[in-house]
Amino acid sequence: MIRRHLPFATVAVIALVAAPLLLEPFRLGLLAKYLCYAIVALGIGLAWGKGGMLTLGQGVFFGLGGYSMAMYLKLTEAGGAGGGLPDFMVWSGVESLPALWVPFGNPVFALGMAVLGPMAIALILGTLVFRQRVRGAYFAILTQALAAAMVILLVGQQGLTGGTNGMTNFFELFGQDLAEDSTQRGLYLVVASVLGLLYLATRQLVNSRYGRLLVAVRDGEDRVRFLGYDPALVKTVTFAISAGMAGLAGALFVPVVGIISPALLGVVPSLELVVAVAVGGRHALAGAVLGAVVMGYAKTAFSEQFADGWLYLQGALFILVMTLAPKGIAGISRSIAGRLRHARAT
Amino acid sequence: MRISRPIVSAILLLALAACGSDAEPAAQSSEIKVGLLHSLSGTMAISEVTVRDAELLAVEEINKAGGVLGKKLVPVVEDGASDWPTFAEKATKLIRQDKVATVFGGWTSASRKAMLPVFERYKALLWYPVQYEGLESSPYIFYTGATTNQQIIPGLDYLKEQGKKKLFLVGSDYVFPRTANKIIKAYAAANGMEILGEEYTPLGHTEYSTLVNKVTGAKPDAVFNTLNGDSNVAFFKQLKSAGATAESMPVLSVSIAEEEVTGIGVDNIAGQPVAWNYYQTTETPANDAFVKAYKAKYGAAKVTSDPMEAGYNAVYLWAEAVKKAGTTEVEAVKKAAPGIALERPEGLVTIDGENQHMYKTARIGIIQPDGLIKQVWDSGEPIKPDPYLKGYPWAASLAAG
Repeated sequence: MIRRHLPFATVAVIALVAAPLLLEPFRLGLLAKYLCYAIVALGIGLAWGKGGMLTLGQGVFFGLGGYSMAMYLKLTEAGGAGGGLPDFMVWSGVESLPALWVPFGNPVFALGMAVLGPMAIALILGTLVFRQRVRGAYFAILTQALAAAMVILLVGQQGLTGGTNGMTNFFELFGQDLAEDSTQRGLYLVVASVLGLLYLATRQLVNSRYGRLLVAVRDGEDRVRFLGYDPALVKTVTFAISAGMAGLAGALFVPVVGIISPALLGVVPSLELVVAVAVGGRHALAGAVLGAVVMGYAKTAFSEQFADGWLYLQGALFILVMTLAPKGIAGISRSIAGRLRHARAT
Repeated sequence: MRISRPIVSAILLLALAACGSDAEPAAQSSEIKVGLLHSLSGTMAISEVTVRDAELLAVEEINKAGGVLGKKLVPVVEDGASDWPTFAEKATKLIRQDKVATVFGGWTSASRKAMLPVFERYKALLWYPVQYEGLESSPYIFYTGATTNQQIIPGLDYLKEQGKKKLFLVGSDYVFPRTANKIIKAYAAANGMEILGEEYTPLGHTEYSTLVNKVTGAKPDAVFNTLNGDSNVAFFKQLKSAGATAESMPVLSVSIAEEEVTGIGVDNIAGQPVAWNYYQTTETPANDAFVKAYKAKYGAAKVTSDPMEAGYNAVYLWAEAVKKAGTTEVEAVKKAAPGIALERPEGLVTIDGENQHMYKTARIGIIQPDGLIKQVWDSGEPIKPDPYLKGYPWAASLAAG
């Protein structure tokens, strides 16, 4: 039992104790950002790795969460709902607060929407799509189209959403000054804890009867149906859970990074996350999380070192991992661990 | 599911690597680090790389002349990747990690808006080199491009002088065109001009036949164009094939400079007017030297443009303020900057103390068949920057924000 939890505990101690002590505030902020992406990746790991649903549009849910949070932050800054207008509305010529914005002055509503909004959309979409037995590439294309449409919608509604600029210039969260290093450290701890808890919960879920059913649906949907289960329901629920995770990650991302814009939730960032999960290893939840952190870190490190050609390096890393280890980093480490165990046994 | 030990050690290594990179040695006292933050990848790279190059040229020239306060400038180049959050991240990195004395960077308004809170939070300096929509004056940003009363309003004055009474507004859908058009509408109302239509297309849009039909159908005297980037290629091509000419219906653009003319194709756009503060053909001694030096460094086929010149100026203006302050310390530089006046390629440029914008001469030019732009009108003297248009009674309602 202790052995089983040792790796997780080690990582938790590093993340919650060592990192805040050792890292400069700027680096800690970046790590917090990677961990936000890791939360989305965990959801993708569940939906794609365990459930076989290749979702290329997690950015949409991430964005819904992020925009909900950003709307709340903008409203507190503008003097609460009904008070002043957010800065970008003034530039865009909006004269009174749109009705859609009013409830977001309430933090409970905003946070609730950040998680439940994406889940509701995923439930509706999942019900429509999975009942029709749309799967595989068709499902992937559909989610990707959703991401593209979302960006067009956000850019077009400049007065409501800030257009291409998105929303930025946030000052405080629940009375805490966002510019303070202590606030940022606190946020980091919140993000890391949320990721840890979600990881444990997801692991529990995957190991449950439901999890086994999910894997069974992935590997043989028709057989599961013939056994009397409803694969559409299993998939819809899983898709909704992963959407909720992405939404929560978006809501955490906004105060950490200080900006939300359509560029963060379109087709490219959605794909980047799937690539990260592939690099980490989609068959292991830990692989998905690790992939997001590794790819996030690689992006920062490469672009800082080679401002002119870093994109090639990032691409090369992906190709390298995929050719040498199709199961990702988690696949490599598992095969090493397996070999060690085998060696010890003989 | 268990995390195997190799994964744990990988994460450990990663964390250590992250700390390790923080432990860079501090800049030697004989050097001053300056940050250059433009998009070197993504859609904006084509424009922003040229500004970065012009800034690097200025850094090189200043170093050749002995540097600043006896110290060499060391440029730290970062890629904003045409992605606004990346601009914010890299700005933070330049300020906190590299501890640069100042940053020169940005092009799109979105990137500036994303960087603004970072510079205000850490009380660091940003020099922003592109014309923009005004209605902003951050205490930690110096704006070396034109604000609206140095580009858009002179452009309207020019159209009015030419007897153009009916305008059609075409723009990309983001904050600069929308704000610019708000100003244009207020100007038109006050000057007896009529706005026949106002149309926006998403950034990167390339299907313009419907829009061109709308424009030609409305029969305006002139079009005011705030489209940005690739869209201009499609717009001007389709406009030309619809039979509209620069004589019958001029299209005044505020985002097309020498660099963009090549991309659009000279054939499609020759004869059309543009509004800027600088052209490669501007006749000043400083410009001869700038164009010559730029071509010597980057190739004879290269052109110079307004944003490049504004970026090039920014480095010199900052260096001058540092010399005057005797230190690179931000508050001292801010204090020393107002009133600094330099002969630049565009003529005399003076830093306004109140809003940290520049006094700049407005120029209207006509695109020539060789791809260069010939000046046909200028404001005669540098115009005082007025980002909130306080000096224009008809703009009172706009400046409320």
